[in-house]
Amino acid sequence: MKILQQLRDEGRGQDLGSLLEHIPYAQFLGLQVEQQGHEIITVLPFTEHLIGNTNLPAIHGGAVGAMLEMTAVLQLIYDTACERLPKTVDVSFDYLRSARGMTTYGRATVTRQGRRVANVRTELWQEERSKPVAVGHGHFLLSPLE
Amino acid sequence: MNDTEQPAAPQHDIADHLARVPHSNAIGMRFISGSEDNCELAIAYSEHLVGDPDTGVIHGGAITALLDNAAGMVARPKHMHRDVAAIATLDMRIDYMGPATPGKDVHAQAHCFKRSKNVAFVRAVAFTDSAADPIATCTATFMLGTRNTPFDQANSAAENSAESAVSRTVAP
Repeated sequence: MKILQQLRDEGRGQDLGSLLEHIPYAQFLGLQVEQQGHEIITVLPFTEHLIGNTNLPAIHGGAVGAMLEMTAVLQLIYDTACERLPKTVDVSFDYLRSARGMTTYGRATVTRQGRRVANVRTELWQEERSKPVAVGHGHFLLSPLE
Repeated sequence: MNDTEQPAAPQHDIADHLARVPHSNAIGMRFISGSEDNCELAIAYSEHLVGDPDTGVIHGGAITALLDNAAGMVARPKHMHRDVAAIATLDMRIDYMGPATPGKDVHAQAHCFKRSKNVAFVRAVAFTDSAADPIATCTATFMLGTRNTPFDQANSAAENSAESAVSRTVAP
């Protein structure tokens, strides 16, 4: 059975934490989610295996990109009723500051949602939300429930 | 093998460097081939990289890491040693043409087509069977010669500067 359908059947259709438990790559990164009302914040505690630059040290750009993409997808799943996980069409990341060895937070906004495609903006920050470490936007293909 | 007296060839340098990047190691990235302007890396299909449990397809994030690493490898100018100066990804755009076939290795080929004084411009492609049939393409720009000293050693003035990430340029 499809994972989103399974969660819906269990009455946990909008329980993003449960969804993350079923996504191996999210587990590997150690990604968590905090849901406060309708606000969804992704949380990535720092771990050694996220490091991309050992001198600074800084989190790997790939891990930062992965978090931007996942934050967008989680927000989309929350905002829309999808049959399957949204498919990424394209993503664009701006790396604004080095992501340092500390917890990173993420927040996404669905800027435009059509029937088949959605445009999502995401930002990540560490100590201060007003100083994002990276921002991104992407297009995602949706598979709406009939 | 070349004469051991000679400076390390780029491929030795890249393979050695890759082994020392924790995230690249954790993803299982390996070096395939490289020259000054071109580089190929690969990751093996692995359960912990799966992003969609319904299909078993690798998560885009792993592809992002692979493309970022391959692109970063070719961005660095020959004269700029990584112990002295870092390079920082400025931006990166990835277009996904299709899912990576579950069970197959994913390769990334990167090509640096221009380096200006401060910025390198790179294109890269990710594929399973052939670069002519990509699963993702990528364009990225890199800032060259950014600060590469630990954050806790940087002075507080640099910390507070919006340009702190790029201002500690190391002179050639």
